[in-house]
Amino acid sequence: MAEEESAGGQTAVEDEGSREGAPEMRPAMATKGTGWSGRDDPAPGAKEIKRPPGGTGMRPDPQKDSRFGAQEVSEEFADVEDPLREVPDDYVVDAQGTLDDSKIGEVLSQLDQELVALKEVKTRIREISYLLLIDRLRRSIALEAQAPTLHMSFTGNPGTGKTTVAHKMGEVLYRLGYIRKGHVIRAGRDELVGQYVGHTAPKTREVIKKAMGGVLFIDEAYNIYRLDNERDYGQETVEMLLDVMENDREDLVVIMAGYADKMARFFSDVPGISSRIAHHIDFPDYSVEELMEIAQLMLEGLYYRFSPDGEKKFQEYLSLRVTRPNFANGRSVRNAIDRSRMRQAIRLFEAAEGGRKLTKKDLVTIEAEDIEKSRVFQEAKEQPSAASV
Amino acid sequence: MANNSTGLRITQGTFSYLPDLTDEEIRAQIQYGIDNGWATAIEFTDDAHPRNVYWDMWGMPMFDLKDAAGGLHEVNRCREAFPNHYIRVTLYNPHLTKQTTGLQFLVNRPPHEPGYRLNRTESNDRHILYTLHSYAAEQPHGERYRD
Repeated sequence: MAEEESAGGQTAVEDEGSREGAPEMRPAMATKGTGWSGRDDPAPGAKEIKRPPGGTGMRPDPQKDSRFGAQEVSEEFADVEDPLREVPDDYVVDAQGTLDDSKIGEVLSQLDQELVALKEVKTRIREISYLLLIDRLRRSIALEAQAPTLHMSFTGNPGTGKTTVAHKMGEVLYRLGYIRKGHVIRAGRDELVGQYVGHTAPKTREVIKKAMGGVLFIDEAYNIYRLDNERDYGQETVEMLLDVMENDREDLVVIMAGYADKMARFFSDVPGISSRIAHHIDFPDYSVEELMEIAQLMLEGLYYRFSPDGEKKFQEYLSLRVTRPNFANGRSVRNAIDRSRMRQAIRLFEAAEGGRKLTKKDLVTIEAEDIEKSRVFQEAKEQPSAASV
Repeated sequence: MANNSTGLRITQGTFSYLPDLTDEEIRAQIQYGIDNGWATAIEFTDDAHPRNVYWDMWGMPMFDLKDAAGGLHEVNRCREAFPNHYIRVTLYNPHLTKQTTGLQFLVNRPPHEPGYRLNRTESNDRHILYTLHSYAAEQPHGERYRD
């Protein structure tokens, strides 16, 4: 029906079809909560969508198009103009309900379990979450405040969990109703900066539009802007990003990530960016113990485990690996695990060919020898000095 | 098309007998389309004759929006560029067996719409042929709806 209606709507001159079509659609759309306000209230230019009945602390409903807050003011205070005076000081807000509704505790404890170490990061996320929660409570009694700026920069070496945290951040902000969708769009220079004049703006805009309602995660943000080449198109992207970060704060959270030193240079080259980013979060390198913990978590997720010897060997492996070039924290751990899985597979395959019976224990256990074959050990033997550094 | 004292208010697409949609309402409608998996496209014209189906496209259709903010953003950019044109949002349903317009509505119209005249042409055997003549389209393309 909808299709016929719109196609018919083209020929609008006294077309009965188009008139019949419209009422058909109305109830369906009204139940979808698409903000049908015109039916009962034909005042032109009605500014505000009617709020459905519902108390404080409603969970953000993706179907409803509430920029956070719009629907959360309780009926009682809907018309309050000066909440500081009009709402009594001893009015009790529904703190527990809001807390439960947002399920934020769940997300935060999940964060604690899944992310090893990163204490500073977790604290910062906690702070942001609580601020947004309190903001919601305040809004429930009409204490509207401007949305806080939540653009962030994540600095740290590769593999320290920046991308993972960005995804978590998307979820946290969505649960708290700060963003409407919670998806994370990843973009780098390739996606943002064009190849020729006039190419950059549409390209950047495309990415920004895609990310609206969620998080735009810009990896290695300093690559966008190249100071040494003044004809580089990156400048245009930076300007558009600045504009969006300032004016579309409620539609989009921008997270920029990269190495600390290069990011610092990027921020000093483009002063406008740094001041628009409220949260600069540093991701420190992991210690060997923390890497070990990460490895255990990863293995658990894959339904593997180390044998006691294997565990010792892996620890040894890690302490060698961290001193070597191109060490990428969590990512190196994952690669090491993947390689030892392959070696385990070969070992098991050969054992099976040799006529040995394989048990479940064989399938889930990674032995010391699976790790020992790593190149890292061999090279350490060849250059003992490198290992001791 | 409904005549009123100020001229003629063109009614095309869905919702056109209602007061103009607010930004919040436009956003909600676009979101409805996105939730159904429809693509958002924006078109504009200065010749909104009911038989003119070929409006100009404002950029590419947006197939990968997650949130209506992106669509509304483009609507506003188009309004900025063509404040006196007709602008409509077309939500295209790309699903197999549909592949057609899912929902289409006006989001912008000129402040003054001079309207249409009905031309009657006498034909053979007392038949009369009717044509709509747009006053605005008397001006060349690009010079209509200047005020």
